[in-house]
Amino acid sequence: MVGIFQRSLRLRTSLRQLSFHGSTSSTDTLSSLVLRGRLFPISSPSVFFSTHRTLQAPNDGPKSLSDTPPPRRPFSRVTEEDLTFFRTLLPGRTITDPDLLESSNVDWLKSVRGSSEVLLRPQTTEEVSQILRYCNSHNLAVNPQGGNTGLVGGSVPVYDEIVLSTALMNNILHFNDVSGILTCQSGCILENLSLYLEERGHIMPLDLGAKGSCQIGGNVATNAGGLRLLRYGSLHGTVLGLEVVLADGRVLDCLSTLRKDNTGYDLKQLFIGSEGTLGVITAVSILCPQKPKSVNVVFLGCETFEQLLKTFQLSKRMLGEILSAYEFLDSECLNLLKTHLKLQNPVSDCPFYIVIETQGSDPNHDEEKLHNFLEEAMASSLVVDGTVATEEGKIKALWSMRERITEALTHDGFTYKYDISLPVERIYQLVTDMRRHLGDRAKSVVGYGHVGDGNLHLNITSPAKNAALLAAIEPFVYEWTAKFQGSISAEHGLGLKKRNYIHYSLGVRWRVFPPCR
Amino acid sequence: MSGRVLVGVKRVIDYAVKIRVKPDNSGVVTDGVKHSMNPFCEIAVEEAVKLKEKKLIKEVVAVSCGPQQSQETIRTALAMGADRGIHVEVTGKDYDTLGPLQVSKILAALAKKEEAQLVILGKQAIDDDCNQTGQMTAALLDWPQGTFASEVSLENDKVKVVREIDGGLETIKISTPAVLTADLRLNTPRYATLPNIMKAKKKKIANVKPADLGVDLTSRLEVLRVDEPPQRQAGMKVETVDDLVVKLKDAGKV
Repeated sequence: MVGIFQRSLRLRTSLRQLSFHGSTSSTDTLSSLVLRGRLFPISSPSVFFSTHRTLQAPNDGPKSLSDTPPPRRPFSRVTEEDLTFFRTLLPGRTITDPDLLESSNVDWLKSVRGSSEVLLRPQTTEEVSQILRYCNSHNLAVNPQGGNTGLVGGSVPVYDEIVLSTALMNNILHFNDVSGILTCQSGCILENLSLYLEERGHIMPLDLGAKGSCQIGGNVATNAGGLRLLRYGSLHGTVLGLEVVLADGRVLDCLSTLRKDNTGYDLKQLFIGSEGTLGVITAVSILCPQKPKSVNVVFLGCETFEQLLKTFQLSKRMLGEILSAYEFLDSECLNLLKTHLKLQNPVSDCPFYIVIETQGSDPNHDEEKLHNFLEEAMASSLVVDGTVATEEGKIKALWSMRERITEALTHDGFTYKYDISLPVERIYQLVTDMRRHLGDRAKSVVGYGHVGDGNLHLNITSPAKNAALLAAIEPFVYEWTAKFQGSISAEHGLGLKKRNYIHYSLGVRWRVFPPCR
Repeated sequence: MSGRVLVGVKRVIDYAVKIRVKPDNSGVVTDGVKHSMNPFCEIAVEEAVKLKEKKLIKEVVAVSCGPQQSQETIRTALAMGADRGIHVEVTGKDYDTLGPLQVSKILAALAKKEEAQLVILGKQAIDDDCNQTGQMTAALLDWPQGTFASEVSLENDKVKVVREIDGGLETIKISTPAVLTADLRLNTPRYATLPNIMKAKKKKIANVKPADLGVDLTSRLEVLRVDEPPQRQAGMKVETVDDLVVKLKDAGKV
């Protein structure tokens, strides 16, 4: 790994501090997020990635615990002099018009709002470096922003932080079609990368509903999971290299395109999932799989969750290496799709639905495996109904039954979103327990998600934001999750909304053994 | 009446696929490209199956003209509820030049042979947009035709068809046997469910050659060239009205 740390880097396994010798800033920003929720003292005023964001909901009600905004740290405010510098550095790309700033100040769910007055749109790593160096020396807070599609309020400013958008850093730098390694700037939109790769016989290793807007830099910064994780793994495995600009403007070049490199600490892993707290990712190199010649999608209906899990086992056994996605949704989700988006149920009404996708290199081989699997599933009554799609149009239609649930929920009312990892047998139990716990207080309680990865998306809606309902949901949902050693944020990250709940699921625990005699 | 309905289904490039023109401009790239049933043909199959479910007709026969792969399209129709299929084998050069005239001759011959009460087709195929096969078939058979149907109802031995035309909707009543072509709003095709897909594997698809039907496939058309549509020019943003006037004058528009 190429590093530009001048002297030795003490990287303790507890990740307590990344200390740069000779640098005044201690990037203790991570410290407030990791390890038992204990806040380490903020030793330096020059902390440039604000980890604490306010939850300024547009429709205000009495604030609950998660709504309490963190205080504004003593950063400087933007002056005319600062604006002059930015305008010289980025002519025409320094935005101060409030109308244009609106979309950068509000998140996709329209649940949090910042009050930034400056939006910067660099095009090169050099410009990002200059911006950060300047902000570092002038004590100005910066909010890196990609596609602004995050669901935990982490992509928009809390107060008046300068928004640093990577939207114009959308160049594809290089693609090697032998190794399948793509190198691009961090502002490339995921769907555009997919289209580029598809023309060259490859695909991106991740896919999510937000693909039309989300940027690869943001995906990496949040360690996005998505629909293909089952098959291609997480970004921790597929990202081969990163170029990151650190808080003080230094550029960390780990943009390797090597599949294997065991020389030194794998620093890029720290930035994957760091949610913009350690640096601004400016370029990514990622390993891309072959574009499958044959894609099939199956939509199945099951009577019980146990049968759904047995079908999962069967699909792994009989579909084997061609299985690329295993998602589920419940009948309440389907009702929302019918009511709000007028989508029709492809099969008869059942309590649970499964979306299975296969990807392979030989249509005949895949179809045969698929038909054998479906025959077995029907014969053993694991599924009661289903339909298959091999054509792109129909495949899109079946996938939209799963991908558009988030959209349908926004039409149902104010949504409380929970992204939970649990032992796979417990996944639906949380939904039923929550329904029983809330009774009539909620409008809809639905469960869907990447059941193949043990990841549940629990969503609850109410006609309007309701603090009493929120108090009933939290911390019940977190305590329930903690009881089964699950994760309170499987893939959405912590951002603003879940920053206070990290202690419910901690990745790192200390164990102390009594001294041996 | 025999109570038999003949439904024509065509295998075309899937509507979601991005079409590419061959480098020699002789046609579009079809090798390795995803194909599926023409969407209007799906609507035709759905209508026929609905009629059968209402017990107004007895049997639905799906027909497709083309190479081996056309059988997949017939299987899809069978999975949607058709009872049996007929694959009219047309390959190679004959398939390249296969057009509405040849297909309508084949369908007319089959309609007579199968003693069909109705022939239901999609109004047009999404690859050639000809919108001719239904009309030609009716003319060859000297049968009445209800084209661009958005509503079909059988009343004894007559068919009431509501047609989508430029001015609105036209309702006609025609006697059977007749040819109908399906328009977009006729129905929403069902998803083929697993039990039906399994059943479809056992249904019969008969193999027929055009010569057996006495049909001559020679084409009277020759494709000279295929080109992509011109690239859309990017728009331009101007800051003031004066700039706009200047730009319009430069482009010779004002």
